[in-house]
Amino acid sequence: MNFDRIKEKLNILADAAKYDVSCSSSGSKRANKNKGLGDSSGMGICHSYTEDGRCVSLLKILLTNHCIFDCAYCVTRKSNDIKRAAFKVQEVVDLTINFYRRNYIEGLFLSSGIFKSPDYTMERLVAVAKKLREEENFNGYIHLKSIPGASDELMREAGLYADRLSVNIEIPTVSGLKLLAPDKKREDFIKPMLKVKNEIIQYKSEKKIIKSTPVYAPAGQSTQMIIGATGETDAQIMYTSAHFYKNFHMKRVYYSGYIPISYDDRLPSIGTEVPMLRENRLYQADWLLRFYGFDVKELLTKEHPNLDADIDPKLSWALRNLDKFPVNINKASKHVLARIPGVGMRSVHKIIHARKYRNLNWEHLKNIGIAMNRAKYFITCDSKDFETKDRTPGQLKSLIMQESASKFRKAYSNQLNLFDTQTPLVI
Amino acid sequence: MAIYRYDSTFEGFLSCVFEYYEQKPASLSIVPNHHNALSIFDTKETIITDPIKAERVWKGLKQTGGAKTTTAIYRAFLSEKEGIENTLLSYIIKLFKHQTSIEDYTDFDVVQIRKTVKMVGREKHRMDAFVRFRETKDGIYFATVAPDFNVLPLISTHFKKRYADQKWLIYDLNRKYGIYYDLYTVETIELALASDINTPSKATIYFTEEELQYEALWQNYFKSTNIASRKNMRLHLQHVPKRYWKYLSEKRPS
Repeated sequence: MNFDRIKEKLNILADAAKYDVSCSSSGSKRANKNKGLGDSSGMGICHSYTEDGRCVSLLKILLTNHCIFDCAYCVTRKSNDIKRAAFKVQEVVDLTINFYRRNYIEGLFLSSGIFKSPDYTMERLVAVAKKLREEENFNGYIHLKSIPGASDELMREAGLYADRLSVNIEIPTVSGLKLLAPDKKREDFIKPMLKVKNEIIQYKSEKKIIKSTPVYAPAGQSTQMIIGATGETDAQIMYTSAHFYKNFHMKRVYYSGYIPISYDDRLPSIGTEVPMLRENRLYQADWLLRFYGFDVKELLTKEHPNLDADIDPKLSWALRNLDKFPVNINKASKHVLARIPGVGMRSVHKIIHARKYRNLNWEHLKNIGIAMNRAKYFITCDSKDFETKDRTPGQLKSLIMQESASKFRKAYSNQLNLFDTQTPLVI
Repeated sequence: MAIYRYDSTFEGFLSCVFEYYEQKPASLSIVPNHHNALSIFDTKETIITDPIKAERVWKGLKQTGGAKTTTAIYRAFLSEKEGIENTLLSYIIKLFKHQTSIEDYTDFDVVQIRKTVKMVGREKHRMDAFVRFRETKDGIYFATVAPDFNVLPLISTHFKKRYADQKWLIYDLNRKYGIYYDLYTVETIELALASDINTPSKATIYFTEEELQYEALWQNYFKSTNIASRKNMRLHLQHVPKRYWKYLSEKRPS
């Protein structure tokens, strides 16, 4: 192996792949077999964290950054004057195996620029995964990109070797996509997604009858949207997410704050700050949809098209629905407990166990670890002492904000200005 | 107050619990025998580890509290936190007397044990993540660690399942023992470790040429995958506290 050449390629192709947010390595059920290498049946592991605070779980690279498309938001676009490189199939296999053996990674995340044609590209990605599984008996995690426009036959094969497949819709609105990537159509993204969804359903039902049916993409599908590139609202983003969760059984939708990489005047200019706070609020809303039983309509509406920047979306919902509070901690159902600001799902679980033994008071709740600074205004418990004052949502909000120190406090002022002054694109 | 001293093994601790039920002292403190800050008024007694007694207590715990309870007790014990033996004993007494559940978060001892278990669990998970193997010239994938708690017993299954086809050795520098997998079983071993095993300039003595190349590739990859415009050192340090850096090749200055 020529290490110098590999080093150069790795630099180029890791740098180009890093804008893909997904680095999850959990949710697969692939156990070690025949005393081979690797096991991805447990929980995901982040082996390191880069200085931007993001997890490094998978070797995340492109097979090549040669691309026939010219999408404005992408570093790899055809018209961008950058160094190009391509890995050979065997090189990716060797890197993955050797990194895995040293406990650097949980597996491989392989994406690619589209060279020649979608099928030609997808074929190469599948070849890497196949070689890892069949020749190396590798049972680590493999995440492959579904290349928009790839044939159904290739997508079926991909799922037999990969744990997760994903295709990024990138731009939340159809009109935004048309503006920034005129060569691409929403349907091209949807087609492989639909194929994978249907294969997963089919393989699962067959496995119920015939035990030896192979698993198909056991960790499911995910997708990603770029945030803040086309002036879309939070409502547009979250309704799109809800649609993908519901209709395509997505395991995850990722939100990636747009990082200015181009002087193209259709996009925020270079030097514009990455909207990290907004990204964080969107993830919080996403969690409310997936784990807390919220419907997207409760969080975002026509009148309320954007999430509040200064408070979390659950608190914001609670302030709009004060008639549903206070909640009695010792009586309320799991579903209702989950809606109290400052109470996470772990606390809900603990409350439900603990109250079997005795009624809970403030001291108990503090020990359980709920965020009192928010929760105390929304609950009653086994104590005569509780917040009795009638306050308006505005008063409550400022009271809570005074008492809590958010890590984002510094960010409010300039990020708020940023949103306000940024005029949405007319599209 | 009665003081039981024991050999700081888990079996030793369980033997102390057995002894408590034999003697029923009015108040008791269990301490490891390297502990010396004791008052002269206390009655000290050294409890000899007895596997049969330990087994009886362990079975009793399992029957009364179930697997969730015994796992929590074992994991909390591995924290080696000062006084953890007494918290565990206090809970065990309540468990046998009132069947106090390990999920009764209104109980003070349960909350303490749970917190400790969580810390130990986090450290275990960190070791699953932060172990960095280097291939030695004898073809063994070797790593040194220095975890806050005694977590090697907890990580051995994970590594055995995952690296079934390679010999590996993980050595705890603080506690001076390691776990070694020889392609068949995992064994606990003690080693006279060369003092310069982690010295970068001496690496070529112990490790293969290829090993150093892959390490360089990994360091390189780690740099390339970072997004500079999202730099967030606070978050970075929260995930990778500085005390772990010395074992992470990507965080070592090259």
